[in-house]
Amino acid sequence: MTESTDPVVRLSVDNLQVNLAGKDVDVVSEVSFSVAQGEVLGLVGESGSGKTTVAHAILGYARRGLQIAAGTVRLDGRDLLTLPPRELRKVRGASVAYVPQDPGSALNPVLRIGTQVREILTAHPGAVANVDDRVREVLAEVSLEATPDMLRRYPHQLSGGQQQRVALATAFALRPSLLVLDEPTTGLDVTTQRHVLETVRDLCATYGVAGVYVSHDLAVVRELARSVGVMYAGRMVEFGATQVIFDAPAHPYTARLLRAIPSVERSHVLEGIPGQPPRPGQRPEGCSFAARCPLVIDLCRQEPPPVVPVGQGGHLSRCVKATETILPPMPQAVVSAGRPVAAADEGRGMAVRDLRASYGDTEVLHGLDLQVADQSCLAIVGESGSGKTTLARCLVGMHQKWRGEITFGGQPLQPGVKARLPEARRALQYVFQNPYTSLNPRKTVEQLVEQPLGYFFDLPRSESRERVVKVLEDVSLSTAFLRRYPDQLSGGERQRVAIARALVVEPDLLICDEVTSALDVSVQAVVIELLRELQIRRKLMLVFITHNLSLVRAIGHQVVVMSEGRIVETGPTDDVLDRPKHEYTVRLVEDIPKIGAASGV
Amino acid sequence: MSLTADKAVKRPDGRTRVDRRQWTRLLAAASSGMRGRIGLALTAMVVLAAALGPFLAPYSPTQFVTTPFAKPSAEHLLGGDDIGRDVLSRVLAGGWVLLVMAVAATVIGLLLGTLAGVCAAYLRGRWDGLIMRSVDIILAFPTVVFALLLVSVIGPKLWLIVVAVGVSHAPQVARVMRAATLEISERDFVKAVELWGIRSWTVMRSEVLPNLSSPLMVELGLRLTYSIVIISGLSFLGFSQPPPAPNWGLMINENLLGLAANPWGVVAPAVLIALLTIGTNTFTDAVGRLAIGVGRGNEEAAAGGGVAGAVMLGELQQFPLDDTVVEDPEATESREPTVD
Repeated sequence: MTESTDPVVRLSVDNLQVNLAGKDVDVVSEVSFSVAQGEVLGLVGESGSGKTTVAHAILGYARRGLQIAAGTVRLDGRDLLTLPPRELRKVRGASVAYVPQDPGSALNPVLRIGTQVREILTAHPGAVANVDDRVREVLAEVSLEATPDMLRRYPHQLSGGQQQRVALATAFALRPSLLVLDEPTTGLDVTTQRHVLETVRDLCATYGVAGVYVSHDLAVVRELARSVGVMYAGRMVEFGATQVIFDAPAHPYTARLLRAIPSVERSHVLEGIPGQPPRPGQRPEGCSFAARCPLVIDLCRQEPPPVVPVGQGGHLSRCVKATETILPPMPQAVVSAGRPVAAADEGRGMAVRDLRASYGDTEVLHGLDLQVADQSCLAIVGESGSGKTTLARCLVGMHQKWRGEITFGGQPLQPGVKARLPEARRALQYVFQNPYTSLNPRKTVEQLVEQPLGYFFDLPRSESRERVVKVLEDVSLSTAFLRRYPDQLSGGERQRVAIARALVVEPDLLICDEVTSALDVSVQAVVIELLRELQIRRKLMLVFITHNLSLVRAIGHQVVVMSEGRIVETGPTDDVLDRPKHEYTVRLVEDIPKIGAASGV
Repeated sequence: MSLTADKAVKRPDGRTRVDRRQWTRLLAAASSGMRGRIGLALTAMVVLAAALGPFLAPYSPTQFVTTPFAKPSAEHLLGGDDIGRDVLSRVLAGGWVLLVMAVAATVIGLLLGTLAGVCAAYLRGRWDGLIMRSVDIILAFPTVVFALLLVSVIGPKLWLIVVAVGVSHAPQVARVMRAATLEISERDFVKAVELWGIRSWTVMRSEVLPNLSSPLMVELGLRLTYSIVIISGLSFLGFSQPPPAPNWGLMINENLLGLAANPWGVVAPAVLIALLTIGTNTFTDAVGRLAIGVGRGNEEAAAGGGVAGAVMLGELQQFPLDDTVVEDPEATESREPTVD
């Protein structure tokens, strides 16, 4: 339906609808798109947008509790949704392949790699003349050498990137016509991610496979996909060529989403999208995005917006204002990065000297030196396994097995939290990565935030309540939240409660360990801006740990780059990111998928 | 998942006070399903009979009012027992002691077991070793033998039987609670509190324990079932109230001889015991299934989902269900008459 392009259309999805099983409530509906041979379509959206549900439905599969209610999924002209189970089973694996998010759990841990790849070939007998040759061939295609040693390994003996490549090899083994990838690079390091993406793109092009790449990461999709479908609240709100979507988004949601993405190249104010998407069954009559849309008009709330073609080339947008939507240009306000470094002033700051931490007999941090200057934000960046979380845990006293010296506010800190003075415990607060596990589900927001107050101060009831209300205000939560429980909050709200809980005892230094990695980009933007603002207003010191270089640009004054338990580079953020000196940093900056200079503005 | 999710979604905007205590929610949800309703109905029926029975009994349970093993008649609906007492009156009067003992034993077992399990898992190290090895030792004794041993040393006291049965439950409960606590104490919210330097005891009480309510509910039902079976078995063997007193377990023993003449003397108490265990077990099964169903929404919560996910955030539980499933009603039922 959307092709003006020449190549053969392999996959065409028309009016797909997935319902809650047995109910008339749609989770996903009116989804139509097509993918041509050798192309990759990026399916992007935030959590709960229905992108994974669509990806599954393409395979003729619905998660327990869901059912495919309507629509067609045609692969090379054949409707997969009407196939009897036997036929569908033949198609799966042979012409439709799936690469799941977590290769670690997708590979059978007790099967050797060779057996694992061979399994799919023998499950479809007659598809391949020589099984062993094909195994070698596909492993070579994903840049794994099919040595007997490699074939005999078990999944746990491979790195995450290698595991994902084995999963890719399995997917390509039968030369499918359609490949569905569900966030296959989430959890991989940027360099590995880049290799996997290149492999996917090359193989799709070489074998004329239609690829559907599901991701929440727009930057990744931009690098890989020819066209992009943006999902929101179960509808595809915008569809078009990648270049067009990123340069001139026609739907306000897409535009807002792009503005929420931090850029590694420039520091700009991140603009989150307030509110949260409606859940299935609670979606409004009109446009689902109306409640959060800056351009909303009355008409939006009255009826579902039509799908409107925008310009040429099959660009579609589900918005009444599609042809006129131009959001004001991105606010360019640049953070005052590179704030004066008062490293010498250790009066209030934190200094770490020759920190060596170990697990058992294995040393994982090999002599770190760093300083956090008063009222500044130190970003610690590194890939998984670089030791950044261990470092954070040493600082806060959760990991006790370290030698060296940490001084904070002029006083040396003991390794274990219990050995530290209450004053030191109060002044140093920690925010956990995942707000879904860091709040006790049995306590109200008020109880959660009040809890540390009760331990550190002996305040009368009224005053402690006052403080709780005030700190919630600081993180932009109204008093209506006091009585709510964590399960009634969105991810962003939870993380704000966690931040409030840390701030309520008036700490001097806040350690944030990957605090946005469990959140959507639109929410991440809100949290980052909040932290930045709080840091300035409350004159806080911030240690911000992340694997995401773009966030470093957004919030860090100083940056420390870690690799394999060592600090490889350190300096003011802009210096390090613009002119990286260490080869590791250079590679890190190069490999990160970029939203591109063209993107927002 | 959908079942509990719907319940949670229906909550109003958060203003209205919703009863958030998990165990009440779990119980409410369990009693709204078919399985739970049947279990509840059976249990309620037997409990009512046992509790109100003594007041409704037409005759004194200890007086000789008819001939031994008399057939059922208009005056004696269930006939007479081995020495001519009214079976119906004895059945109505003979249940409440059993119930009280079973409940008391269950409570003792749960308290001891939870304390031991939570401490072992949370404190780790030496405590874990000490507690769990003691648990292993107690586990090595078969419950009935353990109870008989105590009774034969100290004498047939009711409290002693309750304590013996309670103590013999503790190890099982401790193991389940330990596993659940291990999982919960790894959660970040526990670590967050530890970072303030809070005492372990407080952490266990205020952070861990509230999140154990659903495995506790399942254990409660399961241990109650076992208590009923074990205590009625012990009564059958004569280790309970001394003979003239009516007691379901003992009645079965007394009237076995006259099974052919008046089967009701055996059948009535046996059926009541069976219905009670089937009832509590079925209800527990419903609770157990829900506790797991609740846990299934996890992906959604992690993905940013909402209420459905969150209900279960505190949830766990593979183990209690396994336990529940293994014990099917038939097994419980058939175990009863063959205690001797």
